[in-house]
Amino acid sequence: MAQVSLRPPNNSRLIRRLLLMVACGFAFAFALVPIYDVLCRATGLNGRTAGGFAAGGLSSSVAMPAQPRPAVDLNRLVRVEFTGTVMPGLPWDMRPLQTSVELHPGEMQQVSYLVRNLSDKTVTAQAVPSVSPGQAAQHFEKIECFCFQHQTLAPGEAREMPLAFIIKPEINANIAQITLSYAFFSIDDQRQTLTSQREEK
Amino acid sequence: MSTAIAHPGNPHDEHYPGGLMRWLTTTNHKDIGTMYLTFALMMFFVGGLMILAVRAELFQPGLQLMKPEFFNQLIGVHALVMIFAALMPAATGFANWMIPLMIGAPDMALPRLNNWGFWLLPPAAILLTMPFTLALFGIGDGAIATGWTFYAPLSVQGGMGVDFAILAVHILGISSIMGSINIIVTIFNMRAPGMTMMKLPLFAWGWLITAFLLIATLPVLAGAVTMLLTDRHFGTHFFNAAGGGDPILFQHLFWFFGHPEVYILLLPVWGLMPHVLSTFSRKPTYGYTAQVYSFIAIGVLSVVVWAHHIFTSGMPIPALVYFMFSTMSISIPLAVLFFCWIATMWRGAMTFETPMLFAIGFIVLFGIAGLTGLVLADVAADAQYHHSYFVVAHFHYALFAGGIMGVITGVYYWLPKWTGHMYSEKLGKLHFWLTVIAFNLTFIPQFFLGLAGMPRRIPDYALQFAEFNAISTIGAFILGFSQLIFAYNIWCCVRGGTKVEARVWEGAEGLEWELSSPPPHHSWEIPPVIR
Repeated sequence: MAQVSLRPPNNSRLIRRLLLMVACGFAFAFALVPIYDVLCRATGLNGRTAGGFAAGGLSSSVAMPAQPRPAVDLNRLVRVEFTGTVMPGLPWDMRPLQTSVELHPGEMQQVSYLVRNLSDKTVTAQAVPSVSPGQAAQHFEKIECFCFQHQTLAPGEAREMPLAFIIKPEINANIAQITLSYAFFSIDDQRQTLTSQREEK
Repeated sequence: MSTAIAHPGNPHDEHYPGGLMRWLTTTNHKDIGTMYLTFALMMFFVGGLMILAVRAELFQPGLQLMKPEFFNQLIGVHALVMIFAALMPAATGFANWMIPLMIGAPDMALPRLNNWGFWLLPPAAILLTMPFTLALFGIGDGAIATGWTFYAPLSVQGGMGVDFAILAVHILGISSIMGSINIIVTIFNMRAPGMTMMKLPLFAWGWLITAFLLIATLPVLAGAVTMLLTDRHFGTHFFNAAGGGDPILFQHLFWFFGHPEVYILLLPVWGLMPHVLSTFSRKPTYGYTAQVYSFIAIGVLSVVVWAHHIFTSGMPIPALVYFMFSTMSISIPLAVLFFCWIATMWRGAMTFETPMLFAIGFIVLFGIAGLTGLVLADVAADAQYHHSYFVVAHFHYALFAGGIMGVITGVYYWLPKWTGHMYSEKLGKLHFWLTVIAFNLTFIPQFFLGLAGMPRRIPDYALQFAEFNAISTIGAFILGFSQLIFAYNIWCCVRGGTKVEARVWEGAEGLEWELSSPPPHHSWEIPPVIR
């Protein structure tokens, strides 16, 4: 090409740097997934509870008994309400046996949900918890939970699913009421459910 | 054709293949700029037709013309077409045509990449709109129906239109990134001797910031839609709550790109405005340095304010407050720009040719976009306005009055330079007045609708919204059809007309006006020396 002498020799270096920026941007999008997860856990954003989230059943404080149990704060009462939702495509019914309890921070409490398979097929599903308000989530510690585990129910089977939790005494004094909500999602045929919904249209 | 700049002994004369091959194989920045602008104009009408169908449905309450699914597809594809296939290519077309002329470069730095960048656009546009056609033949259920924001989990569950849109966005993104790399390398490495960064024309500065924003944020969108694709087809759970994913994460990823995108669309126009205002006020640009630093400040701020789009998603209060104040702080550099634009006109010997009319219209209407944006940035007020027609009106003031009218300003300003002919000033003025009146007729009622509580993205609405919707629809049809005057005016100007001089406008300053009109096929082969 003519006028090569006009073109400074460092074009390719600049292009390489700009392409590196593009690659970093793409990687940043994926890096945001764990960053967001950490942020949510640290701040209780989106009702993510501290600890025990990925572990499913037992939280780390039980797995390590060396850690002392928090003292019970008898001076205040916190009301905890329980709700549950079954997502579309899952032929189940769920409801808490008690809709609410009152307890002192630091005290352990056990409640149960009654879950029933309404269909004539064996179905596997999994529950995802959420705590609101978000600020309370990090002080809401589940000792035992049926969430994040595959739950399989035979046709027509009903099961009580237990849940044990502690509200840490460090919880903000302004919080008098906490709502724990579960959403049950179908696991084994989730893709098919979405497809069949689409075909029904 | 003119050979004013061609020099004896230079092998580089105007030989290019004729017919279609010229356009398929061209690496000439002017040819590619023309193709970008033509493509943008065509897609502007495609996107416009879609929204006219939507406005026709909204003319009266009830469902008259279409099913809600089709309505949803139209609004989503309208936005994607207007943003990615009309406004962004138009701005890239300006950059291709004008930046080499303005900075005294013989061409763009990477001409073949440039050609490829353009020819990725038509396939992407076809991908985006093809599901409409496929649905006519009973294949699939139409185009993407989630709105342009692709929010999960709706987009995880949507039909195959979502896949088409994801791939189209990937291709459009690659095209934009290639264009941006090209522009940055051109501006950094190909300036004429003596043109320091602080002598760079403001249009080039605006585009430089845009290019960096594109390179920083478009890959994040590409990453987000890639995750969406793997969620849909490969069993991942990035946004699928059933597998421990989080739909709100998608909104953060999307708006991390989506907010800078607004400035990506607007910065080239902000860069263009000082040129037009200074030309028709016959005064030098006021506050060049302040404008450059405002561009940079807005570019930096734009990537740290994204969550003001999702104030109602349940963020903690400190985050809300941070995003509110950082968003509002953007109004400071923006106010500097407004001040400089007005100060450039102040006591100038102003004349009101069509580009100047559009520039002044831009300042007034874009000012309304900025002020209503401040209202939406207020966390407390946003709870009421969120997802209402107020938002629709606000961003159309930003992107139609700010973006499209800015592009129209540029077209009228540079069209005589590109074609060598004067457009019809009479038709241009008619186009301006029809556009401004119809635009306000369309969107002022939408502010009222939003305040009254009408949500956006619905095909049917409560009876009390009927009058304002009817007015808005009438305005939209006048607005849409008056753009045909624009197309006709361009057509006539390309075909012929009064010949113009090199310096088309008497007050115009800059290297681009030193070249003949139209400029020779190869310009600035001998770089000009800047004093």
